[in-house]
Amino acid sequence: MSSTSTTPRSPMAPPRSFLWSRRIFLTALTGFVLVPVYVMVSSSLKPLADVSGKFRWIPSGLTLRPYVDIWSTVPLAKYFVNSLIVAGAATACSVVIAVFSAYAVSRYNFRGKRVFTVTVLSTQMFPGILFLLPLFLIYVNIGNATGIALFGSRGGLILTYLTFSLPFSIWMLIGYFDSVPRDLDEAALVDGCGPLGALFRVVVPAAIPGIVAVAVYAFMTAWGEVLFASVMTNDATRTLAVGLQGYSTLNDVYWNQIMAASLVVSVPVVAGFLLLQRYLVAGLTAGAVK
Amino acid sequence: MTTTTAASAEPGERTVRKSSPGAARGPRRTGRIKRIGLPYLLLLPALVLELLVHLVPMVIGIVMSFKELTQFYIRDWGTAPWAGFDNYSVSVHFDEPVGEALLHSFFVTIGFTLLSVGLCWLIGTAAAIYMQDNFVGRGVLRALFLVPYALPVYAAVITWVFMFQHDNGLVNHVLHDQLGITDKPSFWLIGDNSFYALLTVSVWKGWPFAFLIVMAGLQNIPGELYEAAALDGAGLWQQLRRITLPSLRPVNQVLVLVLFLWTFNDFNTPFVLFGKTAPESADLISVHIYQASFVTWNFGTGSAMSVLLLLFLLVVTGVYLLLTSRGRKTADV
Amino acid sequence: MNPGAVIAPSGKGTEAAMRRIRAAAAGAVTITLLTAATACGGGSSDGGSNASPKTLTYWASNQGASIEIDKKTLAPELAKFEKQTGIKVKLEVVPWSDLLNRILTATTSGQGPDVLNIGNTWSASLQATGALLPWDAKNFDKIGGKDRFVDSALGSTGAEGKDPAAVPLYSMAYALYYNKQMFADAGIKNPPATWDELIADGKKISKNGKWGLGAEGSNASENIHHAFVFAKQHGADFFTADGKADFTNDGVVAAVKQYVDLMAKDKIIAPGNAEYAQNQSVSDFAKGKNAMLLWQSAAANLKSQGMADDAYGIAPVPVQSGTPGTGTNVNSMVAGINLAVFKNTKNLDGATKFVKFMTSDAEQKILNGAYTSIPPVKTAQTDTAFNSPSNAVLKDTLAKSAAALPQVADESQFETAVGTAIKGLFADAAGGRAVTTASVKAALEKAQQQMPKK
Repeated sequence: MSSTSTTPRSPMAPPRSFLWSRRIFLTALTGFVLVPVYVMVSSSLKPLADVSGKFRWIPSGLTLRPYVDIWSTVPLAKYFVNSLIVAGAATACSVVIAVFSAYAVSRYNFRGKRVFTVTVLSTQMFPGILFLLPLFLIYVNIGNATGIALFGSRGGLILTYLTFSLPFSIWMLIGYFDSVPRDLDEAALVDGCGPLGALFRVVVPAAIPGIVAVAVYAFMTAWGEVLFASVMTNDATRTLAVGLQGYSTLNDVYWNQIMAASLVVSVPVVAGFLLLQRYLVAGLTAGAVK
Repeated sequence: MTTTTAASAEPGERTVRKSSPGAARGPRRTGRIKRIGLPYLLLLPALVLELLVHLVPMVIGIVMSFKELTQFYIRDWGTAPWAGFDNYSVSVHFDEPVGEALLHSFFVTIGFTLLSVGLCWLIGTAAAIYMQDNFVGRGVLRALFLVPYALPVYAAVITWVFMFQHDNGLVNHVLHDQLGITDKPSFWLIGDNSFYALLTVSVWKGWPFAFLIVMAGLQNIPGELYEAAALDGAGLWQQLRRITLPSLRPVNQVLVLVLFLWTFNDFNTPFVLFGKTAPESADLISVHIYQASFVTWNFGTGSAMSVLLLLFLLVVTGVYLLLTSRGRKTADV
Repeated sequence: MNPGAVIAPSGKGTEAAMRRIRAAAAGAVTITLLTAATACGGGSSDGGSNASPKTLTYWASNQGASIEIDKKTLAPELAKFEKQTGIKVKLEVVPWSDLLNRILTATTSGQGPDVLNIGNTWSASLQATGALLPWDAKNFDKIGGKDRFVDSALGSTGAEGKDPAAVPLYSMAYALYYNKQMFADAGIKNPPATWDELIADGKKISKNGKWGLGAEGSNASENIHHAFVFAKQHGADFFTADGKADFTNDGVVAAVKQYVDLMAKDKIIAPGNAEYAQNQSVSDFAKGKNAMLLWQSAAANLKSQGMADDAYGIAPVPVQSGTPGTGTNVNSMVAGINLAVFKNTKNLDGATKFVKFMTSDAEQKILNGAYTSIPPVKTAQTDTAFNSPSNAVLKDTLAKSAAALPQVADESQFETAVGTAIKGLFADAAGGRAVTTASVKAALEKAQQQMPKK
């Protein structure tokens, strides 16, 4: 991972002062990042009496009990699957749609292009609260008119989340596609591909890092959202972000189970994220630099 | 070749595509109708969805802001009386409690956003620059630094809630019990300190994104630039000032704007941290509007506040893009 | 020049025309959707229908230790109902944090459950939306008549003079829970009957990391419940007779100050309680950190936290002087859950049958037994199961000295505004800032101005 690319800052060795300041800075930063992670891990291994008492760095006793209990306190597996479906589908749709839009903007000149790009940018400024209720109404009315159940279903949530990430995705991909040399798709066109052929055979493969970056971003947006999920889901479609709140019950806040559940659901995501990291680093550059 | 676009384009356009040589050269061999129709066809899904989920609800929201939409009318909006500019005048009467609270919340949000974005950018950039050269353990650190960004928001924030507890939290345990900095345990989730609690969580969650983008931006700087500078006898600091930072300019322009908009509108973090009503010192505008509409059931006023916010962000973004782009042009020359 | 200009020859005219067309199209779409939204913004049909007589959707509130436990408690009962009537009930237990928002969105869109639980203090607010089926005499007859229910419970089902918006389902009252061992250790013989006694007892206990009383300082609803009772004891009300907010009268200010002073001046509540909002004070009580707790129906909760039934005693909530009763000797709000029918239901008959089932003597005994609440149905209340000493206190309080929270349409805003103000005062107290009559009044003044103007 570390060796993907290195830009040597200068041919000479950095001065000692630089090395020292680097050591201090990075150590402090590591501490800042790691302390909450340590708290999560250690608390998830403590008995309830321990986590609801005074904090201690070293657990007085270790137990795997929370990891067993999390599945029965809250239907965690169901919520996890719901979140995976919602975030996964939203990501897939968002990426595909963003690819089309970005390709159009990057490769064609057409009327309304500016209106489109400006509009896309401006949707990043709407406070979500503003359209929660209207959106709910629209979904219900679409449901009444067409019989497609959007409200309360995963479909409605997928639709909502994919538009959340769409603007930034389009924006990033335009920049990315711009950096793919046009000669490449023209060559493909000469070879008899249609414009879509050129997009999928040439531009998309060349822009894979950017697409991965956009996908990760879209996934994280959908994965963590709380407000819309709390109103738009029901028992059967509840997502993790809302479902994890079930560990603070009327009786007690099961901190150890919250931490254990958070870890259990985070591990696959963090792992996937780190696996994709290499693409991501390369991907975000071109999108942003343009 | 960039002159036409750069000189005439609206601010938004310019960021989206500052310059794209030959952008429109496009496929020439397809029929003309197809050539005109295709881009629209490609944009159609995005357009329809944005209309459905963002634009139409926003128009409805604007309509709502002119209505007296309280619990008596929410069941049938058609019957809600028009309120004219009443909702707006309530919101901007800054000497009355509702307006005063909104203004207070606005300033808190501005302060919070500037600090958070500034710190995220600073930490992210510093980390990226320090990690520009290879050293033992760089890969491990880089992976580690991305963990806060990859954790689900709820999991990350609730962990901080756990740490910020007054009686049992880690923060007081360290500050008070172990280091003895404070003479009695402090409150972090209520009262004045809650602002710093919110800032800490926000920076913890947000800086890795800045780190990622800047790190990526650094990789695009040609090594020859540094070599040439070194030959000229430029020290580390001068290299940083003359090469690294100017080269990062386009990256930063986008990064700072995006971070600003996200932080300003962030709802999830304060909501998980404080619940439905935030302490006054950390009363971010998103939670404030949520409270104004959902908790007190006055959707008209809530919408009016949202529209005011939207207008403010439009102005800020416009000015920002204008300023940064002009700066960039002169720098390029 | 940009070579891209080759695409489509463009004149100013065509461009403008295209733009107009686009704008028109967008406008048309917007207007269509808008009309759809406003026109169907909630079925305004009165009464509901019987279009789908075989199923019901029921939103239950979270009454037991957790949502999963509630599902297990209710499932066998719903099965019984299905057996009796052939109607399948789709149950969803909605967490308290989401319940009001869910009801609100359901109201706005007309898309909601058939039957739902509501906190009884919300009755008047939700009644004002017109989303709930009014329980007139005819409807009450279908479930056995209004007389079956206890008066105090009926007092919290909607605004006075209007048909109730819901039917009482579970009743609860506040009581003083005290730790017998801690009382004995401090040499206290009897539980306190007045606030002065409570403070004196609390001071004896509040040392060495132990505290006299627990509180949920960041929980707006809890704050309101206590402030309301204190106000009653000061002969004051939060609303005038004609329903206007009146938060700054001397009685209310004194009441709120007296409550917050338990932490600020008397120092018998741990400062840390100022940030409690998730029933941590109950855990503290179960663990012996607090000797006293003012709570409603805590028995099941304490048991699940490992506190033996005989480890604590239950006494009426203290009063200023004398014994609990009416007027200034009120010592609890009428707490509880009501059952409401959503007006837009597609199974009106089934919904009514379900309400009848849930309020039947047999179900009342089972469910109130499971949730350690008191049945609001007279005939069920007399059952021996509800005659334990602890239930005797609660029943007595409900019958004699409990008052309903203001039944006004703005109740929900009131809870938020005043509850949040008190949360801020607790934060001040905990942070060592002075809580004075002036600061209390200022906080309440601000809360009052946030209330809807009429």
